[in-house]
Amino acid sequence: MAEAVHADAIQANMLSGDKIDVHDLDFYYGDFKALEDVTVGIKRNAITAFIGPSGCGKSTFLRSLNRMNDLIDGTRVEGTVLLDGKDIYAEDVDVVDLRRRVGMIFQQANPFPLSIYENIAYGPRIHGLRNKAELDTIVEDSLTKANLWKEVKDKLGQPGTDLSGGQQQRLCIARVLAVNPEVLLMDEPCSAIDPTSTQKIEDLMDKLKDNFTIVIVTHNMQQAARVSDYTAFFLAEDTNLPAKLIEYDMTDIVFTNPTDKRTENYITGRFG
Amino acid sequence: MNFLKWRERALESVFLICALTAIVGVLLVFIFVTIKGFPIFEKVGVLKFLFSLDWSPSDNQFGILTFIIGSFLVTAGALALGAPMAIMTAIFLSEIAPKRVQKLVRPAVELLAGIPSVVYGFFGILIIVPVVRTLFGGSGLGLLTGWIILAIMILPTIATISEDAIRAVPKSFREASFGMGATRWQTIWRVVLPAAKNGLIGATILGMGRAIGETMAVLMVLGNAPIIPKSLVGPVGALTSIIALNMSYASGDHQTALFGMGIVLFMISFFFVALIRFVSRKRS
Ligand SMILES: Nc1ncnc2c1ncn2[C@@H]1O[C@H](COP(=O)(O)OP(=O)(O)O)[C@@H](O)[C@H]1O
Ligand SMILES: [Mg+2]
Repeated sequence: MAEAVHADAIQANMLSGDKIDVHDLDFYYGDFKALEDVTVGIKRNAITAFIGPSGCGKSTFLRSLNRMNDLIDGTRVEGTVLLDGKDIYAEDVDVVDLRRRVGMIFQQANPFPLSIYENIAYGPRIHGLRNKAELDTIVEDSLTKANLWKEVKDKLGQPGTDLSGGQQQRLCIARVLAVNPEVLLMDEPCSAIDPTSTQKIEDLMDKLKDNFTIVIVTHNMQQAARVSDYTAFFLAEDTNLPAKLIEYDMTDIVFTNPTDKRTENYITGRFG
Repeated sequence: MNFLKWRERALESVFLICALTAIVGVLLVFIFVTIKGFPIFEKVGVLKFLFSLDWSPSDNQFGILTFIIGSFLVTAGALALGAPMAIMTAIFLSEIAPKRVQKLVRPAVELLAGIPSVVYGFFGILIIVPVVRTLFGGSGLGLLTGWIILAIMILPTIATISEDAIRAVPKSFREASFGMGATRWQTIWRVVLPAAKNGLIGATILGMGRAIGETMAVLMVLGNAPIIPKSLVGPVGALTSIIALNMSYASGDHQTALFGMGIVLFMISFFFVALIRFVSRKRS
């Protein structure tokens, strides 16, 4: 049965060419089933937004795309997650390399208690780069890509934690970019920062999508509508029931002409 | 109303008195030791007392440098052995061990702290001394045996405080590191430990204070000769063990000299306490 699903998934992925293809994913925290039957294809070089009321498994789902949930005791995944057609939960997968390819930005900006330079150099260093000149180049490139270089180029030696909240979040984005990821997973990256900084991050995402596949969790519907190309709506009918993917389509369609009544209710603010 | 107010006052005073007891206690001990020991500084001279290697009370020679060096040798070795072991224990408990294993190891470590030091002394004499004697020669009583025993004794102090320091490192640092494809080891080594650095240093200083002040176990295994050891297994005297050994029979200047050594120990402890305060202030 599992084998068959798996084969179906691979076949479907070959047809769609999606960057990430998820088939019939169930997710468990111990005995609690948090997600049920999620099937979704994440498009390359596009921004996909996950929306839904809080507690509906958006973060859980996001974290199952780079196996961050492995770090939590007692979690379990059933179903298939394909990255470029390869099952990321297969026995022989190198999780460390997977997480390099699928980088993550968190809700709370979390720079290390190190200098700005060392924050960016951290990733390349752990992957074995020692050459100072190469590191310098990567640091400048990554900060430039993250639209932060101009603001910090004269204070690379200062602690990353001294930057403003919005700058810290861009620093974290630069830090991830420094290891050459293919996918960026962002879990409510703007929920702790002011509107001006949010604007900067949204501009940045728009620029980055040319080279990366981006998935963003947001509770801010306007943000989803503004930045994303595709939108997935998750909902758990009750707190102790597993969440499901209710609707997934191009953002315009989800916001103007949703198929499911529950999506419409959520978007028009009738619950959640 | 009035009664409540009165009760508040009374409670406050009780707490105040308890707190004052600590201060008064420290002051009394300090004054007492100083009064009893100070004359030796006048008699022998501070420099000679601290920096002469000649300790022979029967000839009125009271130089304690041998024991200061002894104490530092013993402490330094114990730290070199014990601190890495303790910090690795802390890392194991906080970052690596599954819950079940933690539940087994943590009480064991805490129990280690509760064993009376005389029992460590017995353990040293019965187990470590014969092993050291067989492997390295000598009597078995000496520096190396002292290091091993003290390393085990300071392990719980350093491990417990280090574990708290490591646990205080925000989870978000670890997630960020793992999220970039760092291995567990890289995350521990490059993110968690540097972030916990001040706590680890504080823990080590506390262990150092514990080691330098330890008396009973050290007395039982060091050999207590008034010489600087020439080898790892040579006998050595520490300030604490010499004071304890000599106190029962010393009189006159000899006794005063022991109190003088007490003052020196006191200063060393003060220094460590100040150092811990300094390090932990830097953290906040
Ligand atoms: N570490 C965890 N252990 C157990 N249950 C969890 C854990 N994290 C999240 N959950 C549960 O899983 C469900 C989905 O949570 P989450 O993915 O954080 O939702 P969202 O990000 O949409 O707010 C919630 O019911 C939550 O209580
Ligand atoms: Mg969430």
